[in-house]
Amino acid sequence: MTHQFPALSSGQKRELQEIALRIVTPGKGILAADESVGSMGKRLNQIGVENTEENRRQYRQILFSADDRINSCIGGVIFFHETLYQHADDGTPFVKMIKDRGITVGIKVDKGVVPLAGTNGESTTQGLDGLSERCAQYKKDGANFAKWRCVFKISEATPSKLSIEENANVLARYSSICQQHGIVPIVEPEILPDGDHDLRRCQYVTEKVLAALYKAMSDHHVYLEGTLLKPNMATPGHSCPTKYSAEEVAMATVTALRRTVPPAVTGVTFLSGGQSEEEASVHLNAINNCSLVKPWTLTFSYGRALQVSALKTWRGHKENESAATEQFIKRAEVNGLACQGKYTGGGDSESDQIYVANHAY
Amino acid sequence: LSLPPSLPRRTQRLCYEQKKELQEIAERITAPGKGILAADESTGSMGKRLNPIGVENTEENRRLYRQLLFTADERMDACIGGVIFFHETLYQNADDGTNFSQLIKDRGIVVGIKVDKGVVPLAGTDGETTTQGLDGLAERCAQYKKDGADFAKWRSVLKISDNTPSELAIMENANVLARYASICQQNGIVPIVEPEILPDGDHDLKRCQYITEKVLSAVYKALSDHHVYLEGTLLKPNMVTPGHSCPQKYTNEEIAMATVTALRRTVPPAVTGVTFLSGGQSEEEASINLNAINTCPLGKPWALTFSYGRALQASALNAWRGERDNEKAAAEEFLKRAEVNGLAAQGKYESTGDSGAAGQSLYVANHAY
Repeated sequence: MTHQFPALSSGQKRELQEIALRIVTPGKGILAADESVGSMGKRLNQIGVENTEENRRQYRQILFSADDRINSCIGGVIFFHETLYQHADDGTPFVKMIKDRGITVGIKVDKGVVPLAGTNGESTTQGLDGLSERCAQYKKDGANFAKWRCVFKISEATPSKLSIEENANVLARYSSICQQHGIVPIVEPEILPDGDHDLRRCQYVTEKVLAALYKAMSDHHVYLEGTLLKPNMATPGHSCPTKYSAEEVAMATVTALRRTVPPAVTGVTFLSGGQSEEEASVHLNAINNCSLVKPWTLTFSYGRALQVSALKTWRGHKENESAATEQFIKRAEVNGLACQGKYTGGGDSESDQIYVANHAY
Repeated sequence: LSLPPSLPRRTQRLCYEQKKELQEIAERITAPGKGILAADESTGSMGKRLNPIGVENTEENRRLYRQLLFTADERMDACIGGVIFFHETLYQNADDGTNFSQLIKDRGIVVGIKVDKGVVPLAGTDGETTTQGLDGLAERCAQYKKDGADFAKWRSVLKISDNTPSELAIMENANVLARYASICQQNGIVPIVEPEILPDGDHDLKRCQYITEKVLSAVYKALSDHHVYLEGTLLKPNMVTPGHSCPQKYTNEEIAMATVTALRRTVPPAVTGVTFLSGGQSEEEASINLNAINTCPLGKPWALTFSYGRALQASALNAWRGERDNEKAAAEEFLKRAEVNGLAAQGKYESTGDSGAAGQSLYVANHAY
């Protein structure tokens, strides 16, 4: 450890940093369209659409054929493997459609969660086998960033030390491999909102998880400037009886990040978790208006929070496609404003009336 | 982390008021344009300072010397946010009977105290050390707080060689720094965390940067594990420099870029301030490098200032040479360095010396990759 054996050349580092910067250009965020076949099933089921490869293709086409308005608010799109090799009706590969409009193509590379024996229902994430070869191929096929999701849950006894260390380690291994192939790793240590814990508890757990993550990243010699972080916001659990304002959520989130995320990390692209479209935008906006110093870009990497209305409008009917695309564009533009702290719509009087402490101690 | 049900949730956690107090102290010390006078040389170290100027290392001489620094005129108040004391000095008085700690406090400068008890060997390593001083530290902190101290300092030492710093040295020193920090905060004392990587050796700038990154990463993981409130701490690191016997020369901008890059990769923004040690640097070198650090174009979310010992006192000691008649002139030398560093901490110092000239013709990369 006392001698450095450089993992990357200056040229490789520069490429990675530039990709990361391009994805989180001010005003831009990520469309997470990487739902696995199983996850797409859940989405399509709810709108009465059969989960076929053709339906999944048509649905992604609705998103990818949005007009130029999204060029200024979408910096990257995360693909699922199947989608990376699908085409539009006119034969244009989806990858080309996205790349041609100056949007960076990303690919989900993990292979889902698996149980950690001896824990209280905790998991790690698999997908490291052959990851190097897969990254090399994805890079050839147009991808410049990747995403890997780990999952934690809050309860009396969790997350455990094992779960935190194991997931931090696997995220760092994944990152290291990606960077070797010119792929910017988005690191996603999602702490689920399930439970009745309060905001403070989520903030505390988020701080512990992120501290472990960045220690692992350092140990694995990952080049931080060429990475992005996709964390949960600090929020109360779903069944927590206490209500919090958007400003309190923002303050807890920014404080947790300030205590753990080195400034070298190029950007933080929040997941939306179970938040509604509007909630996710309002929270992102409050985060960007938080008065504490925030040395990284703070933007979105939303799946459901960009697509729920689009899905509901589509319902599988060709004649609804245009309207569905419009719903998506609307959310994209709103989040484009929110990631600059400029979203003025959707405010609720609640947030004005609750006293907001100047710091989340 | 996820607490067992039997343990009360908030055992000994800092309450809101305690955190607020710690953060405010840290902010006061590193207010814009201000830094720290490290006047905490142990008796042994003072001997090394007084010897070269022909002054006997007596308690009275040490008192006279610290007095001339502490009674420097009001120019000091604008550029010195804190003074680190050695234990003996905290209980000494000026000629007029005023206690030194009170004297400094009355000028609006925060009083600090060195609390470690020196390095001890780590068996089985290649000459590496850890630092002792945890025994009874809680009680000592409580007493120091009563006696006027609001911050403390603890120095750990690491060295670069073929086999060092080892995993053990890094882990052990990070852990002991975190324990010290935790105890201080329980007693309303802001801990300055000093993981000094010595400049001895022939390693180049990149190697020092690499090792600094590894050490600081371990330090902040330990601080997190020990539940230390980062906003109520300060970091006192080495600047990233080539080893003393490294044949290659670097510009101040390269040193600044390497230093800021290392910090950006490891120090969370919540840390209120970074107060560099000067190590073996000359007075001017330490100022020019601090200035270059503050003008480095990368984002720097913490205060970046000085906590200098020799780099504030070398000229003063030389001017004093133990003579009462030289006291004013000696204080003037100290004030000069203090003001220069106050400017450097804001990136406003324009050196008139030629020590920086060598760097002007060399191409400086925009980033230290």
